[in-house]
Amino acid sequence: MCLTCGCGGGSGAHDHDHQHDHETLVLEERLLAKNDHLAEHVRGFLAVRRMTAVNLMSSPGAGKTSLLERTIAELGEGRRICVVEGDQETAFDADRITRAGARAIQVNTGSGCHLDADMVGRSLQALDPEPGSLLFVENVGNLVCPALFDVGEHARVVVISVTEGDDKPLKYPTMFAAADLVVVNKIDLLPYVDFDLPRLHEQARSLNRDVTVLPLSVRTGERVRDWYAWLDSLAPGLEEGEPHGAVVGP
Amino acid sequence: MHELTLTQSLVDRVADATAGRRVSAVHVRVGLLSGVVPEAMEFCFDVVTSGGPLDGAALLVERVPGRISCRTCGAESATEDLLLVCGCGSADVAIVAGQELTLTRVELVRETSCA
Repeated sequence: MCLTCGCGGGSGAHDHDHQHDHETLVLEERLLAKNDHLAEHVRGFLAVRRMTAVNLMSSPGAGKTSLLERTIAELGEGRRICVVEGDQETAFDADRITRAGARAIQVNTGSGCHLDADMVGRSLQALDPEPGSLLFVENVGNLVCPALFDVGEHARVVVISVTEGDDKPLKYPTMFAAADLVVVNKIDLLPYVDFDLPRLHEQARSLNRDVTVLPLSVRTGERVRDWYAWLDSLAPGLEEGEPHGAVVGP
Repeated sequence: MHELTLTQSLVDRVADATAGRRVSAVHVRVGLLSGVVPEAMEFCFDVVTSGGPLDGAALLVERVPGRISCRTCGAESATEDLLLVCGCGSADVAIVAGQELTLTRVELVRETSCA
């Protein structure tokens, strides 16, 4: 029987009334080529509007949306901020961002576990952000899948909270290896949990020697200034339509 | 389950490249440090191709083992672990192989003549 098409009796012989053989089409294309191509389109869109994009990733409940709410409330005057919110279902988070005073669009991924460049590109078309805005892409809460998909961001931020445990980097190495910044949220709870900040630091650096680790509390505001300083270093001079040259490699 | 999205885009790309011709096999190269589980892709492939133009095609995955090169001692070594540590204890390593995610080739059935 022909192993490829399933027809024929003997080795390679075909006993039905047509002749055929097999042809190989060599492609050698990256599987993520389409997503990466669309991500470059997103970066092109952002460049034209002098925008900087931050991809925020975490497990559910680490405090991504709370961090954005506080950031919008405290920087809202000086910066135009817009947010692409990814969740499996509901528009709860986009509603929270809108109430906080920024423009937001909700993407419901349904069975999908991450945002991709196509979703972010379409969201940007719909949002039509003002030039000079800072864009946050709040990814679906998940420490595995979003790591693989470039959404056109300039920087990747992983948020973890002290209630999750300090062993997360070694449990989810792909995510932490790809991060530019690790925000450790809820440090106001440190007295109540067994979370070893130096251990977290050490683990994150063992995967990613250049990563910055930033402990803070969104609830109390402790060290949130460091987060704003980091955003400033990423996207300096975002005041009122000022052009800025903040293109940081992914 | 990012393998589902990835496999859907793989199948779309193959359908596009083969334009309705009969596909018997799709070959991909998956690095074992890529963050993609080959078995999950194989499962998704059957689900995604069912009833479509690639129905019945086989997915053949070439698994590429991980290799790292140590910036501290200079040694190159194999690894199956996503935690990249050299035998000398250093975690300051570069990935040499194992991150591949490539659609390499497609086998087509060519109908040459009818009797």
